[in-house]
Amino acid sequence: MRLVLRTLWWSLALFVLLWVAILVSAAIGSVRIDIPTVARATLNTLAVPVGVSIESTSAGVGSFRTGVPVPNITYHSIFSFEVANSDQAIVGSLRLPRIALAALVGFALATAGTVMQGFFRNPMADPSIIGVSSGAAVGAVATIVFPLTIPFGLQTAAFAGGLVTAFAVYLIATENGRTPVATLLLAGVAIQAFLSAVISYMMLRAGDSLEQVVLWLMGNLRNSQWSEVEATLPLVVGLFLILLAYSRDMNVLLLGEEDAQALGIEVERTKQLLLAGSAVITAAAVAVAGVIGFVGLIVPHMMRLLVGPDHRILLPTSALAGAIFLVVADTIARSGPAVVPVGIVTATVGAPFFLFLLRRREVHEL
Amino acid sequence: MITLEDVSVSFGDLSVLDRVSLSVETGEFVGLVGPNGAGKTTLLRSMNGVLPVDSGTVTVDGKQVGACTARELSRTVATVPQNTHVGFSFTAEQIVEMGRTPHQSRLDWSDDLGPVEEAMGQTETLDLRDRTVDSLSGGERQRVLLARALAQDPAVLLLDEPTASLDINHQVQMLELVTRVVGTDRAAIAAIHDLDLAARFCDRLVLLADGKIRAQGSPEAVLSSMELDEAFGIETASSENPVTGTPTVSALHDRPSRPERIHVVGGGPGATVAIRTLWQAGYNVSIGLVPAGDVSASLAAQLDIHSVTAPAFRQPNKALRDEARSLAENADIVVVTGGPGSASYSDDSTESYLDSRDLPHIYADLGGAGPRMARVDGGDQNVVTTATELLCAVEDVVNS
Repeated sequence: MRLVLRTLWWSLALFVLLWVAILVSAAIGSVRIDIPTVARATLNTLAVPVGVSIESTSAGVGSFRTGVPVPNITYHSIFSFEVANSDQAIVGSLRLPRIALAALVGFALATAGTVMQGFFRNPMADPSIIGVSSGAAVGAVATIVFPLTIPFGLQTAAFAGGLVTAFAVYLIATENGRTPVATLLLAGVAIQAFLSAVISYMMLRAGDSLEQVVLWLMGNLRNSQWSEVEATLPLVVGLFLILLAYSRDMNVLLLGEEDAQALGIEVERTKQLLLAGSAVITAAAVAVAGVIGFVGLIVPHMMRLLVGPDHRILLPTSALAGAIFLVVADTIARSGPAVVPVGIVTATVGAPFFLFLLRRREVHEL
Repeated sequence: MITLEDVSVSFGDLSVLDRVSLSVETGEFVGLVGPNGAGKTTLLRSMNGVLPVDSGTVTVDGKQVGACTARELSRTVATVPQNTHVGFSFTAEQIVEMGRTPHQSRLDWSDDLGPVEEAMGQTETLDLRDRTVDSLSGGERQRVLLARALAQDPAVLLLDEPTASLDINHQVQMLELVTRVVGTDRAAIAAIHDLDLAARFCDRLVLLADGKIRAQGSPEAVLSSMELDEAFGIETASSENPVTGTPTVSALHDRPSRPERIHVVGGGPGATVAIRTLWQAGYNVSIGLVPAGDVSASLAAQLDIHSVTAPAFRQPNKALRDEARSLAENADIVVVTGGPGSASYSDDSTESYLDSRDLPHIYADLGGAGPRMARVDGGDQNVVTTATELLCAVEDVVNS
């Protein structure tokens, strides 16, 4: 019970902090809006889904087109406070989708990072280690450079690219039904190197769209849409809950695979599930936000220092801390003297902090 | 409780276990001994389900390993891993708590403190509960791992080298602890490379070599068996540990083999040095007469050396004296060391006896032979005083 209580308290505190970060972030921008107005506008934006209808959207390549069913969800607003129309539009339609997406992506990346570090028993592991980010980048860059028409074209291609790559790495590293972690790590590194060559080649051929490619590769939350949040949210939260259910198994896996087996864990099956879960959650995040580094690497380390190595508390607190971290980083990215991709901010803040932890000998082991 | 039938395991072309059959009952503490690479760890891994067997069956408490899930098996079989570094900052209590994994559902996050504290109490680790595992000493960590296994509430405990990397104090502590927790309602199988410790704490020893069981039975029987020498590929000498009363084994040098036979006359520490030196150099050694209970007599028994022993404090009878004399006369060289027994060859002095038979002989005063008067008086002959000199002198005689 002690653990459950600790987890709840930490999560609650971080959840409150996340809302503070969201409100402050929504107040910052070229138009200054005071916090109470932001709070009202935010509450006005909150809505519950009340109905789903299926619509058909045309999709395809070149002259080959086909109808693709897309769910269309109708929402019902809960609150209706008095807010000036312009303020409501700025907060509700411009800033909040971006902030919500930042929170969601940070949540997803930190979750995947925590799982990967535990899985690989390696403090350098992060969500991209099995090639998900590189694969997603290939998909995304390909759609930018060679335009295709599919719904959510870039996002779908990136998501698929990430998953295909992760699955390929898994297949390469698996022999006789066993997937040694070290082989997986090396296969991931090799595939990443190969894919970055592919990306470099495509960038050479990119021509006018080169800037768009570079922006995506550095991690970008510009032009975020509520539709992206809607598509990502159920996936991220669902996978997070599944991974959370396996947090005890992750603890035991940290003791080594043989010990875990002797303690009743079906090791290979659990590894498959953890790998698949974190690959999908990473692919979803990368698909909507590009490659954002350091969130998945640094947030779990930070939280491990604060709450200890037990994944039952580490996973939820890291996820929330990841959300806060990315909301703050993106606020800096969009409101600084020069607007930069958020990946640049996370790396410039994250790398020195990681080195600081390294010097304090906090990150030598999990 | 645990039964293995014709279990074979191979890694690729390498056969590691070859039709091993073994049965262990509740209340038994069985020691698995054998040289490195004999298959001890593999045998343990076949019992806890980590390693699938190629053929044969392993049955634990009526359940067939391999046919039941890891979770099911881990409620019956617990493994104490080799004392390797657990490099995470989990506290000792968290590690022990993980032993409850097979008994709790995935979403049950309660601490299940009762069994955890009981296991920590049994292993005397309660005062370590909030320390992180990486700050524990080897002995403490090993006890925590034992507590983790006990928290599984298993009927069978498997221990892989539980005393490796511990000092002698902690080795003994650890095995005493295992003996205690095994009690009467569990079975334990431990791979132990220290033969003396295994003999001291285990009810039964199983000698494994090249993937086969070479001998099993009481520690005394296994340690003094010829199979032990074969298994380890070295001559061993087994004797009783004077303190614990349990068998103790010494590995002896891989000694060369020489054709000459050397007879040692005398007893006490001086004769002991002579026997040991000559035996290790590869000579066939015999000794006599020595009084029963003399150090040289017991050494001779351990090394399987032919010795003629007379009852202590009594004049040896003629038959014994004749036997000793014939050993001396048929030897290539006689080494006279003095000490008890040296004066019992004939009514004459040993020297004149040897001179009269023209037997090549060497006088040795190898120290510690007791009071001066018991030492050898070599007359005008040279007396060797060290083991090295003795070997040189023997070689000179052999060459001439």
